[in-house]
Amino acid sequence: MHINEILFWFLTALALFSAMMVVFSKNPVHSVLWLIMVFMAITGHYIIMNAQFLAIVNMIVYAGAIMVLFLFVIMFMNLNAESEPQKSKWMKFAAVLSGGSLMLILIAALKDNDGFISSMRGEGSIGLIKNLGKVLFTDYVVPFEISSILFLSAMVGAIVLGKKDSSTIVS
Amino acid sequence: MITMDLLAIDLAYGLEKLLLIGGIITVSLIVAMYTTYAERKVAAWMQDRRGPNRAGPFGLLQPVADGLKLFFKEEIIPLTSNKTLFVLGPALAMVTAMLTSAVIPWGSSIELFGRNVSLQIADVNIGILYVFGVVSMGVYGIMIGGWSSNNKFSLIAAVRGASQIISYELAMGLSLIALLMMTGSLSLKTIVQQQMEGGWNIIYQPLGFLIFLICVFAECNRTPFDLPEAENELNFGYHQEYSSMKLGLYLFSEYVNMFISSAVVSTLFFGGYDIPFVDETALSLSLGANTVALLGFGALFAKILFFLFLFIWVRWTIPRFRYDQLMDLGWKKLIPLALANMLITALVILWLNK
Repeated sequence: MHINEILFWFLTALALFSAMMVVFSKNPVHSVLWLIMVFMAITGHYIIMNAQFLAIVNMIVYAGAIMVLFLFVIMFMNLNAESEPQKSKWMKFAAVLSGGSLMLILIAALKDNDGFISSMRGEGSIGLIKNLGKVLFTDYVVPFEISSILFLSAMVGAIVLGKKDSSTIVS
Repeated sequence: MITMDLLAIDLAYGLEKLLLIGGIITVSLIVAMYTTYAERKVAAWMQDRRGPNRAGPFGLLQPVADGLKLFFKEEIIPLTSNKTLFVLGPALAMVTAMLTSAVIPWGSSIELFGRNVSLQIADVNIGILYVFGVVSMGVYGIMIGGWSSNNKFSLIAAVRGASQIISYELAMGLSLIALLMMTGSLSLKTIVQQQMEGGWNIIYQPLGFLIFLICVFAECNRTPFDLPEAENELNFGYHQEYSSMKLGLYLFSEYVNMFISSAVVSTLFFGGYDIPFVDETALSLSLGANTVALLGFGALFAKILFFLFLFIWVRWTIPRFRYDQLMDLGWKKLIPLALANMLITALVILWLNK
């Protein structure tokens, strides 16, 4: 087996195992830490695909920034395994059904795609910073700008909501 | 058969890289060890004292004695703590501190046994982003340690430390964007080579350097930003429940971080392994490439030692910020300043290229 192939299967197993542990962990802090492991494994996949820029951005943004904020909230809420709310039986059944059908759709969509074979060979250069930047600022410049405006409005909205809350507490 | 070929080609290369990694780790640990000694000596010098002078000549064996003391102390794991995470915390802090050294070019290449050995572990084309990625992972060492101790002071200190690090990461990234617009490359080796030809980046980016340096102080949790360890408010900070070498790892990782960030600052703004006022290519003809590479390594080391001294100097000169002042400086002063610096740099580049 080629070394990329070995790494691919190792990272896949790691990602799947960590993803299962996210769901099965009783302690929410453990779930977040396992989720970080999932992101790290996916970062590894990006590196195998020679998409180094995507890999490192995935690590900085998802595993770094977003998961830290998750940890903040969970650590302060002091959630424990005992205080975990139990959902009703019908709710669980519905969740299994909808999750299962989503998985079915994903499998159906990816079944005929042989993209993952090429990802094992370590080919492709679209994820390098130069190529990605060119594509983003020529072909996809309008969606790119629109999504940045969306982010900006979300940021402004968050600040407005936060401000309103504090003023009512003070008064 | 394919596996055999793969191994045969890579054996010498792998051995070379393994030796390099071992060497760099050893050097960083020794430098970090003696930075603790330097810190105490410089503090003593600034406060008109003598500092450690009992263990060995001039107290030179003091770091060894401190290390041995930490190793032999009793290892206490609090009963109510989360044991796995409690042990994972300091390990993570140390690992992330060491990881950054992989992309720093410690020198140009040397000829050894007919092989051209590059003094950089990995020249990846996203070098500086890799540093950011590892720094953002460094938060978890503090957060996991503080939370798993199951102590309110530890938790508050951990959250303080983490929010400080992610706040200053923004200004740090923005100040670097101005630099990267000039160099047009993320690879640290390319950045150093450009500085060898066109002068150091500090000349073109003085404001960027200042912002970057302040952020580095904040990322390393050094005074005036050492709020996670503000003992008058938080007892001892996020490592309050730690004892023995687990505490040692936390304290030690701070010094390794200082060493590595000094190396990053020297590489980005002060020419890395460039020897000032000397043309390396001309010198290598008369002295040989290997000597020049070693001299370059020496030059980088001198720059690193200067920045380590700066870290210590600032610590014993400036008092600590209050927490709201820290956040005010990060969000309301440094980020707008870094944005302005970025815009001015972009305009000048456009104007020069027209």
